[in-house]
Amino acid sequence: MEPIMAVVIGVIYASAIYMMLRRSIVKLVIGLILISNAANLLIFTVAGMTRDAPPLIPMNGDPLGDVVADPLPQALVLTAIVIAFGVLSFAVVLIRRAYQIVRVDDLDQMKDTDT
Amino acid sequence: MTLPWIPLLTFLGVFVPALAIRGGRTVCALATATAPAVALGLVLFFYLGHDGDEVMRTSLQWLPAMGLELAFRLDGLSLLFLLLILGIGLLIILYTRYYLSEQDSMSRFYAFLMLFMTAMVGIVTSDNLLLLWGFWELTSISSFLLISFWSHETTARKGARMAMTVTGAGGLALLAGIMLIGKVVGTYDMGTVLESHDLITASPLYPAIIVLVLLGAFTKSAQFPFHFWLPHAMAAPTPVSAYLHSATMVKAGIFLMLRLHPALSGTELWTVIVTLTGLVTMVYGAWFAFLKTDLKGILAFSTISHLGLITSLLGLGNSQAMIAALFHIINHALFKASLFMAAGIIDHEAGTRDVRKLGGLYRLMPITTVLTCIATVSMAGLPPLNGFISKEMFFTEALASQQFGGLAWIVPLLAGLGGLLSVAYSLRLAYATFFRRPRQEPPKTPHEPPWPMRFPVELLVALCIIVGLVPTLPQSPILEDAVRATVSGEMPEFHLALWHGINPALLLSMAVIAGGIVLHLLHRHMMRFNRQFKPQDARYIFEGFVQRLVALCQRLIDRLENGSLQRYMFLLMAVSVLAMALGLADLDMLAGSLGQQALDPIVILGAALLIMGGVLTAALHRYRLISLLMLSVVGLVVALTFARFSAPDLALTQLSVEVVTMILLMLALFFLPQKTPKESSGARVVRDVLIATGFGGAVASLNFAVLTRDLNSISNFFIDQSVPGGGGHNVVNVILVDFRGFDTLGEITVLAIAGLAIFKLLNRLRLFMPATDMEGRLWSNDRHPTLLMVVSQTLLPLALLVSFFIFLRGHNQPGGGFIAGLITAVALILLYMSRGVEWAQQRLDFQFQPIAIAGVALSTFTGLCSWLFGYPFLTSTFDHFHLPLIGDIELASALIFDGGIYLAVVGATLMILANLGKLTTAHRPNKDMP
Repeated sequence: MEPIMAVVIGVIYASAIYMMLRRSIVKLVIGLILISNAANLLIFTVAGMTRDAPPLIPMNGDPLGDVVADPLPQALVLTAIVIAFGVLSFAVVLIRRAYQIVRVDDLDQMKDTDT
Repeated sequence: MTLPWIPLLTFLGVFVPALAIRGGRTVCALATATAPAVALGLVLFFYLGHDGDEVMRTSLQWLPAMGLELAFRLDGLSLLFLLLILGIGLLIILYTRYYLSEQDSMSRFYAFLMLFMTAMVGIVTSDNLLLLWGFWELTSISSFLLISFWSHETTARKGARMAMTVTGAGGLALLAGIMLIGKVVGTYDMGTVLESHDLITASPLYPAIIVLVLLGAFTKSAQFPFHFWLPHAMAAPTPVSAYLHSATMVKAGIFLMLRLHPALSGTELWTVIVTLTGLVTMVYGAWFAFLKTDLKGILAFSTISHLGLITSLLGLGNSQAMIAALFHIINHALFKASLFMAAGIIDHEAGTRDVRKLGGLYRLMPITTVLTCIATVSMAGLPPLNGFISKEMFFTEALASQQFGGLAWIVPLLAGLGGLLSVAYSLRLAYATFFRRPRQEPPKTPHEPPWPMRFPVELLVALCIIVGLVPTLPQSPILEDAVRATVSGEMPEFHLALWHGINPALLLSMAVIAGGIVLHLLHRHMMRFNRQFKPQDARYIFEGFVQRLVALCQRLIDRLENGSLQRYMFLLMAVSVLAMALGLADLDMLAGSLGQQALDPIVILGAALLIMGGVLTAALHRYRLISLLMLSVVGLVVALTFARFSAPDLALTQLSVEVVTMILLMLALFFLPQKTPKESSGARVVRDVLIATGFGGAVASLNFAVLTRDLNSISNFFIDQSVPGGGGHNVVNVILVDFRGFDTLGEITVLAIAGLAIFKLLNRLRLFMPATDMEGRLWSNDRHPTLLMVVSQTLLPLALLVSFFIFLRGHNQPGGGFIAGLITAVALILLYMSRGVEWAQQRLDFQFQPIAIAGVALSTFTGLCSWLFGYPFLTSTFDHFHLPLIGDIELASALIFDGGIYLAVVGATLMILANLGKLTTAHRPNKDMP
């Protein structure tokens, strides 16, 4: 299963970067979303892919099993997901403002605000 | 504990002038003088209150990991300099009151002056090398502000820039030197460093330390060949020159050498570099002082020369030389500050300070003439003034020096030459200004200045005379303590007196005076001789150098940065791929020792979907809507992946974020440009595909390599402590709201700021809704489908209930503030979508900004509460309560914190989406209605 997960993450990364290197700002935004998904997956999986063992301690006082999913990357990724949304929306609006001022949609020409 | 008050007082003084200027200029000057006066009183109080050898030290922790402490000390050396800095500073404040014209902003000047004073006081009282360096840099910055005070003048700006560049560069060298010292000694604590002479001098780094530290000291103290900034700094108002360039800033380099003398000196290297630099500077400065025609120019080069004298004494390094150096520091500050102020008075009254235009002033300004002449006599080193005594001591040391073996005669020779020149330029200064018949009329007819403006000069000149006539009286205890702080080992015997009998130093002195008079008489010939040489203006050389440097950097930048975002991104990615590739190449083999898990069909299906989604998003990027749909496939499958691999919290979060992200993108598609720019060239597509594939491949290998190796997680601590320490069974949630609560607080703050920024950005955005989409289709008229309206309204209470439930159970079951917040946001957004912004806003009659801010505030407040109980920030607490009927319930303070998260997430998400949504309605701003 590990090679498949590695390939999946690699493919999403590659798509994201390809999109981010396009000249259209809309594609930059799409690339941003893809890359944040890929990064979340990467951080999540490197801590180990554990099945059916969420880091929830039983309420009845039983101890957890030996194998349990690592809670720390989960906490990190959880906030990362929410933050990614905030950053994404900020990027969208910022790009929109830049577009309004520079009047080019082409990132190659969006070089200065003096136009 | 009261020691830090000395720099703190002067620092508080920075803010006084701005407030006091409303009361008028005199009030402003008086108010400004309060802080240094109190500080001076404090210094004297400390000094009188402590006994002899003891060094007062105070230290507060600041950045212990870096070795930086707020540590201050008060020893004899600090005391001597504090008296100079604060005492002369007070006189300068008084003088400035009458010097500045009505147009100059007095409060600004005083504020800069106090900032500078703070920096100087900080340097001389620092007990930590890094702290000293911080103040050192502050002198560079504040002197820049002071020199460029008349910023409308080009010379002032250029002079300030040059001073800043030279002393700033020296400051960087000093930092490097200090860090090396720290590396050798293991601490930046001054006391320890001063006791580590043997350790430092034995270290192989010693030559580097010496060179770097001396670079700092020489640039600051204008030693040859870094002296050139000082004459150009004369573009500053005269009080600045009198303060910075006679008594204080240029003495900072000298102070540094004195301060580190016990740790660094005593080696051949030190002696050679410091003595020779000092002597060369002394002769060089004196020669140019002789040739200058600008009063302040003469004084500037004279200052360079005298600083050279002090430096060479520090190089000789025996205790008698140190006494002479310290004594000359006092004397130089006294006569040079008074001369600068006198030059300012002459400039102020006569309208020029060019000695060719002056002359015969003794008739018009008799008192100023007398005062200036006395100070000049002291500068020339003639009896019976203080300058004579320290110069005699200097000659004695020069004649006795043995450091250069067979070449030892070079020291007295250069010393004598410097002395001779200083007699000559002093004579010329006095003669040309006051006694020679004027050749041209000065622009204004001079007269005596107002008395208070002359008072500082009078006081300093009186001190010159007192110190000259009774040298043992005032300075001995002060000087003794200063010597004790700089000389290691036994306290040397010394006796200051005007008359030591006929000895070689006196003979040398007499020869020098005679030579100086002769040279003065030959002044015209010397000027003619000098005219043969092409004048070198340091300013042009320096500016040329700076411009070439800027041009070089510009070319470099142009090559790297052409303004295209894509290019930066490409470079960044290429470097990342390279870094990853290098790391991966170091591995023995890609796969580690860990066994791999078996495949199962569901995972294969998920993987296939993810790959398809990712690839199609990129491949179909020309069809925006389909590309978006593929994107959401990726997002949803990622959520499923989280669910499959034991991360229910993540799955819930991802799912709800996916919904809001899609809504955001739909809105974005509406108002982002509809047209796509023309396609990239084929070569570029190939390049991008290559770099993207390379990156993806590298990440995949990295992921695989990590997955097949064992890793040590620190999570066991969190799992073990979750229930006993955090009172929650859901470890992820406990980490978020408890163990790593500070991170979470930062993150919701970022979210709220993003929301506010979007709110502000959209406020000014003007949008014109096109009648059709890009393919010419009209927008649908059916804006609010009935079915959706009904469903969304029915769903709302349910959704709110669910989110409340998820929020409450979050501490023990999957859920929590983040997820609950997102669910609430989605439910509200659905209402907006189904009924339109207008309808929703009429019913949801509140702003979202306060909600987001209240959320962040609530979380911060929860954290602050733990301070009330004496715990660190964000310490959580919990307890179990037993309620009748309901049973045992647990309440944790983390729940309130989580409540803050909930509010912040709801507020920020709605702020973002509702504001974007508003753009699509009739409420959006349009052309006619700005």
